[in-house]
Amino acid sequence: MSLELQGVSRSVGGRAHIHPTSLTLENGTMNVLLGPTSAGKTSLMRLMAGLDKPTTGRILWQGADVTGQRVQDRKVAMVYQQFINYPAMSVYDNIASPMRLMGKSAAEVDRAVRETADMLKLTPMLQRKPLELSGGQQQRCALARALVKGAGLVLLDEPLANLDYKLREELRIEIPRIFEASGAIFVYATTEPEEALLLGGNTATLWEGRVTQFGPTPSVYRLPADATTARVFSDPPMNFIPCRKEGTRLTFAGEAHAPATGTFAAIPDGTYQAGFRANHITLNRHSGDAVEFRCTLGVTEITGSETFVHLTHGSDKWVGLVHGVHQLDPGSQVSIFLDPAHVYLFDAEGRLAAPAPYAMAA
Amino acid sequence: MDKTQNNKAWFLVLPVLVLVAISAVLPLMTVVNYAFNDTFGNNEFFWAGLEWFEEMVTSDRLHEALGRQILFSAIILAIEVPLGILIALNMPKSGFWASLVLILISLPLLIPFNVVGTIWQIFGRVDIGLLGHTLAAIGIDYNYTNDAIDAWITVIVMDVWHWTSLVALLAYAGLQSIPQAYYQAAKIDQATRWSVFRYIELPKMKGVLLIAILLRFMDSFMIYTEPFVVTGGGPGNSTTFLSIDLAKMATGQFDLGPAAAFSLMYFCVILLISWVFYTVMTNLDREENR
Amino acid sequence: MSQITLSKLAHSYSATPKSEADYALKEMDHVWQDGGAYALLGSSGCGKTTLLNIISGLVRPSQGRVLFGDRDVTDAATTERNIAQVFQFPVVYDTMTVRDNLSFPLRNRGMDAAYIAKRVNQIAQMIGMEAILNRKARGLTADAKQKISLGRGMVREDVNAILFDEPLTVIDPHMKWELRTQLKQLHRQFGHTMIYVTHDQTEALTFADKVVVMYDGRVVQMGTPEDLFETPAHTFVGYFIGSPGMNLFDAEVTGTEARLQGATVSLGAAYGPIKGRTQIGIRPEYVVLGDEGLPIDVKRVEDVGRHRIVRASLNGQPLNAILPEGASLPSDPRVTFAPGRTNVYADDWRVQGRAV
Repeated sequence: MSLELQGVSRSVGGRAHIHPTSLTLENGTMNVLLGPTSAGKTSLMRLMAGLDKPTTGRILWQGADVTGQRVQDRKVAMVYQQFINYPAMSVYDNIASPMRLMGKSAAEVDRAVRETADMLKLTPMLQRKPLELSGGQQQRCALARALVKGAGLVLLDEPLANLDYKLREELRIEIPRIFEASGAIFVYATTEPEEALLLGGNTATLWEGRVTQFGPTPSVYRLPADATTARVFSDPPMNFIPCRKEGTRLTFAGEAHAPATGTFAAIPDGTYQAGFRANHITLNRHSGDAVEFRCTLGVTEITGSETFVHLTHGSDKWVGLVHGVHQLDPGSQVSIFLDPAHVYLFDAEGRLAAPAPYAMAA
Repeated sequence: MDKTQNNKAWFLVLPVLVLVAISAVLPLMTVVNYAFNDTFGNNEFFWAGLEWFEEMVTSDRLHEALGRQILFSAIILAIEVPLGILIALNMPKSGFWASLVLILISLPLLIPFNVVGTIWQIFGRVDIGLLGHTLAAIGIDYNYTNDAIDAWITVIVMDVWHWTSLVALLAYAGLQSIPQAYYQAAKIDQATRWSVFRYIELPKMKGVLLIAILLRFMDSFMIYTEPFVVTGGGPGNSTTFLSIDLAKMATGQFDLGPAAAFSLMYFCVILLISWVFYTVMTNLDREENR
Repeated sequence: MSQITLSKLAHSYSATPKSEADYALKEMDHVWQDGGAYALLGSSGCGKTTLLNIISGLVRPSQGRVLFGDRDVTDAATTERNIAQVFQFPVVYDTMTVRDNLSFPLRNRGMDAAYIAKRVNQIAQMIGMEAILNRKARGLTADAKQKISLGRGMVREDVNAILFDEPLTVIDPHMKWELRTQLKQLHRQFGHTMIYVTHDQTEALTFADKVVVMYDGRVVQMGTPEDLFETPAHTFVGYFIGSPGMNLFDAEVTGTEARLQGATVSLGAAYGPIKGRTQIGIRPEYVVLGDEGLPIDVKRVEDVGRHRIVRASLNGQPLNAILPEGASLPSDPRVTFAPGRTNVYADDWRVQGRAV
């Protein structure tokens, strides 16, 4: 039982917004759509909701074809980036409205509203108007309205984007709990890799209207199928360097060598793109295998306990995230170290040729 | 269609289609019938082909009316658009005064056309009208029933009084949509008042101004009631605009054939000009977006 | 360029403020160094925007003075203050080309054409827009437009300060990196005094030399990112900086030890008698998970990629800990606190301990 997209695509005026996509979202799962702005997250959600009709393909809901069925006839709820509530109604009436539209009895409505309000910590504000609430509470109210009707499919389109950083952090922790209590299929669109990781569940990475990979969130993060997915699922962006494999040796940018062991041993000789994440760069040799690169230092950004270092290596621009506070002079030369266990190799087409050995161990 | 659709919705439009057919399409067909036939009453028609059209196209009377019409539309657009913008720029942005000014400025729009005509007809009379009498009292020789120039001035001032509010309201709506940050940025950039208007306010108002110009053009090109009530098209034919001329021809002289041909051409001209106007404007918009 | 002095500054939106609660901005005295990069950090409604508006001249403070260098600008209009500002969403002149957008503030001030051309090219190069200088600004993406706003803010060499009002709100995470580093480079290169308002701790910490944390109309701490992380002056700073924020536990402090419902924690500094509600604070980064120490009850473990966040409770009080990538959670998890990383708070304010 599930929501199933079979070869669903959508083009408008000859331009493909969504390339043919097949995706199965199982009941009771949290699914994150991760991609930059205009990657097709909202378009895909509108197709799932039935707000738009797919150009090709079919959409199955619990096994039945619902392609072309109106959104009103589906069991769908949606929450947007903007806080959308009825401004003239109290929070109670806002939450009650979908139930009342379904013609539920007053007692049933009351019970459902109080239950949902309790889950979303809105009980003290039930008699207030949405505009008297803080942004976080307004969005909770919108969430409650989406949850109360017991929709089987709940679509959340960047629901936290307009909230303050700390509020976002709180709701991010709460949403998985709310989701677990609801048992519905949740689809959550976001541009932030960190948010996807915190929400867990499954992640579909999107790039230019294509789902590049779909799977359990940590495994998409650690085993990206291609360079595009790796790029979408890295913040700061993934760093790249050309790499050559000859026999038992890896050569990075023609200068640094490492033994081609583990996952690297099995791949054919040739040229690859090596990718590694910012947090795997270190400023001291922490393991015997670590490869050293001489880089020109750009700016450094200190977050309090860690330092982002911006580096230039040849024509490549890298970002490193290192522990501790480091005051370094921009323009100076530094040595950075990289354990080959943290390196992904991508082939000429950008497909993953060899995953980072550490990811296989995890 | 992209949206998930429900074809039953078309039935909801049906009553309107029927009404439009009865109230607009059928009468229009009658006009078409008159335009291509000659009749002497009794429902007897004789095929006249394009004769009425030829007569009308070569008619001096029509050319003169058209000339007056174009001049009139040009003058009122040239006055009402800048004046409307000027008023909008000086209207209060919020608070009690904003509401009050909005109400005051909308008042002329609420008055029926023939009442506007009657107001100005009386207002301008030298014997009992406040305006006419005052002008006469301070020694200005003003009489819209005798003097063609005075009649034109009266008709134009009346139209400006009646319709500038529309332009002002639309421009005001455009201005209200400009975020405060733009003005703050302009201050910081030390932009002149003119620059603020040219680079911030005008671009933001452009959309609504296009609508205002189109509406005012169409309305003024078809103007009938107000000048007819005030001047009756006179003195002589000096304020006889196309509609007035048409009415004279059809209901005054009962030249139904030529009048029908005339109104069809009139209709096409307005349609054509509006279309050209709209296309040019939207294309300009698209080009700028590139 | 000049130093900014806020002297006995306070502001209330009410004409007759009665109590302290009526003040959106409570009295403050600060001197911001010439050429410094400052961030005003706080949640919505904390007064950071009011403070920015007072500096830009949009709001006149109800008391106190604002000085740019030696000049009192409290009553000066925005135009006279010689500042630049970058707003939350891109404010560009749509009908102008990128070049005209950048040169606009200079042309309005009657600079000579050769200088303008040179300066605009220099700025365009810094923000990576040389190739599209002759394009209309309209139709560009949000981040390109925001770069233009940034460029327009930088183009005048003599501005007293450049103000940023949450400038990265509409920018995608991937572009945020680029714009942030660009901003940082521009600051290094031109040395303008910059004031950056944001609710995002990462933006504030990475941008600024000095972060000004605001809470309920008050500056609760002004310090380097390291200060804010290691020694938050107020529990709000502990909570607001860091993800997750600092762990706080009610405790009894005597001398160099804190007692947490039966358990004893060594503080690494000596404290005299403390009045008011006493809490100890420790960052999740300094909570060490192992087989020894205080027993905890693990509720959830969140994998955020580069590390895992362990959400647990310690004697019924919530505790977060960071588990480094690759490290495993012990079967009977217990925690110890890294030595010297514990802070002590009395009624939410940090108490300075004596070294031992």
